[in-house]
Amino acid sequence: MANALAAQKKMTIGEGGLALTFAAMALLCIVIAAKAYTPEYAFHAYLFTAASVASVFAIVNRYYNRPAEPAPLTIDGKPNYNMGPVKFGTVIAMFWGIAGFLVGLIIALQLAFPALNFDLQWISFGRLRPLHTSAVIFAFGGNVLIATSFYVVQRTSRARLAGDLSPWFVVLGYNFFILIAGTGYLLGITQSKEYAEPEWYADLWLTVVWVTYLLVFLATLWRRVEPHIYVANWFYLAFIITIAMLHLGNNATVPVSIFSPKSYIVWSGVQDAMVQWWYGHNAVGFFLTAGFLAIMYYFIPKRAERPVYSYRLSIIHFWALIFLYIWAGPHHLHYTALPDWAQTLGMTFSIILWMPSWGGMINGIMTLSGAWDKLRTDPVLRMMVVSVAFYGMSTFEGPMMSVKVVNSLSHYTDWTIGHVHSGALGWVAYISFGAIYCLVPWLWNRKLYSLKLVNWHFWISTIGIVLYITSMWVSGILQGLMWRAYTSLGFLEYSFVETVEAMHPFYVIRALGGFLFLCGALVMVWNLWKTVNSAEAEETAGLALAPAE
Amino acid sequence: MSIWQKHAIFEKNSIVLVVGILVVVAIGGLVEIAPLFYLKNTIEKVDSVRPYTPLELAGRNIYVREGCYLCHSQMIRPLRDEVERYGHYSLAAESMYDKPFQWGSKRTGPDLARVGGKYSDEWHRDHLRDPRAVVPGSVMPGYGFLAATELDFQHINDDLKVLRLQGQPYTQDMIDNAAKDTATQATTDAADADDVVKRYPKAQVRDFDGNPAKVSEADALIAYLQMLGTQVDFKLYDDKANIR
Repeated sequence: MANALAAQKKMTIGEGGLALTFAAMALLCIVIAAKAYTPEYAFHAYLFTAASVASVFAIVNRYYNRPAEPAPLTIDGKPNYNMGPVKFGTVIAMFWGIAGFLVGLIIALQLAFPALNFDLQWISFGRLRPLHTSAVIFAFGGNVLIATSFYVVQRTSRARLAGDLSPWFVVLGYNFFILIAGTGYLLGITQSKEYAEPEWYADLWLTVVWVTYLLVFLATLWRRVEPHIYVANWFYLAFIITIAMLHLGNNATVPVSIFSPKSYIVWSGVQDAMVQWWYGHNAVGFFLTAGFLAIMYYFIPKRAERPVYSYRLSIIHFWALIFLYIWAGPHHLHYTALPDWAQTLGMTFSIILWMPSWGGMINGIMTLSGAWDKLRTDPVLRMMVVSVAFYGMSTFEGPMMSVKVVNSLSHYTDWTIGHVHSGALGWVAYISFGAIYCLVPWLWNRKLYSLKLVNWHFWISTIGIVLYITSMWVSGILQGLMWRAYTSLGFLEYSFVETVEAMHPFYVIRALGGFLFLCGALVMVWNLWKTVNSAEAEETAGLALAPAE
Repeated sequence: MSIWQKHAIFEKNSIVLVVGILVVVAIGGLVEIAPLFYLKNTIEKVDSVRPYTPLELAGRNIYVREGCYLCHSQMIRPLRDEVERYGHYSLAAESMYDKPFQWGSKRTGPDLARVGGKYSDEWHRDHLRDPRAVVPGSVMPGYGFLAATELDFQHINDDLKVLRLQGQPYTQDMIDNAAKDTATQATTDAADADDVVKRYPKAQVRDFDGNPAKVSEADALIAYLQMLGTQVDFKLYDDKANIR
């Protein structure tokens, strides 16, 4: 009987094809490693080889261990959700989050105390800074987006995630991209385009992963039982599609050789600057905004147990936001050699963008109508609502800074860094933390270990954020004013290095803010660890919702 | 009410939604980027900007590798204090061979668009090794390893080939001699210095790192820094001719 069943088990085209593809890739990469121009590139080629071999092994092993039949789409009429990749994405997001915050703290300290660079190439500020930005944006934020999107698209479609191996290919492949990108920065492999530093081969790999991601997401939507696609999925879809477009446009490079990590971008000078900030600003607009707005549109209504405030507002919010955001890039290039007409367009659309941003904020916050009391009792919901408030604050600050006269002061200073962090810590990280505090108990079917600890996390990191952004406001404005200060005789009042020295106390305060934020996140990890390792849900007593003060 | 119901077509058809998103997000980029390639006044007309010498290019790649652009801009804005502090505001033409551009977005350190010729090679050497030895308040990391590391330029002609493929005016002569020119430009009183200058007008030929024993990464980086912003002669440049 067992033999008869085993005989029926057949390797699917996907399993066989993917295993063969990885085997071929392992061979190709070993050749590249042997002939690589630099040892750093050879190291990456070996990593690709090892990952390919591991993938072949994993696919074959999985084939032998799996039942003959593919996983059913429904069990007893209920959708048989595939939450494995979601769990993986959630856990690794927290791992990268801690790593990214820690590297952020290190580089903040390096700016305050430059001896901490130790004059070692691998850990100097110039190499760690892209590691920090990529770790928090793409590794932490990206995994949160992939995990939540796979969760939300299944739940709102009432359908099992499409594909068998492909969802795993997306999460594992994406994290392999992170590994290549991150180790590359430390080894000096970068193309120097901010937030798009990885070189051509990492970009190619990400393209394959991303197209698979889009297909898995779309194919899951095609399985939906609900006739309407839920609003959160519009935002996820816009995020996935637009990031693909931006990635291809901003990484159009020609490699020096297949054996070299180096490539040259096809654009140059002023056009390259425009393409870069078309990409860069919309990495903010679509990665850090549209994707996380999708989280807002699912998790806040779910947690507050209220419907989204206004369906019509969400339609206007969606189309206006994605149309307007794309235009805002040139505000990163005010008063540069970019033609004035482009700068003016960028400024105009950045100011208009204020409206849909606040429309979205209103839609998120007003979802609590009739449930405001939950802010007192549920620190998870409070975290998410405060994140939307921070979103409102940074999307007011952003348009203001894009006004050319304001920008002439703020550009090149720490004000920009403070602005980014009020969005990144206050909005992106908080909505992510809120979503993860919801997801982990749902996914592992546990009760959250401690709401009190969530409350501690909230307050520690909020103080951290406040210290961070206020110190950067002061240092940015101070530095901007010092650069343009004149003596009564008409000479520049300060040398450049005097303005650097004036920044020192604020760099120390900023590092303290970052340290507090990291501490808050560590409290969260502890809380989640205890949650996952606790007994099954409903059994743990004495942890009912209590006032969080 | 009717108009809100029409939106159902996007909500019920994923492909219609995908196409809708694509159209809406494509417009802004097309309007802002495409004209930069055909409007003739995007890049000012100046004669003297040439592509990088192989040594400068290698130095530029080190500048990129070490992430210098994260703290140093190369874009002087036409504001009174910046022009007085750094020199003539930057022209688009001055970065026409920059792949990728290095305008930067943050000035933790000063702008470098016109740093070329401002300091001596010795200053750069000391400053890279120990920034606080020459600028006590600096927060820059030390880059002593650059002078200790041999420059790897055996494949530099491949770099020039790719740049020529992308439209930069490198000749076959330049590509064939790329490796030789790299070593020559980093040597004081080199026999074939004139060849380098003939191929790359105004190229500075000397031992930039003060160590004749080898061509180091510091040689390349200082060669790059010393040429930054020196290509356009602003005594001859007519601001009014290029009003955009």
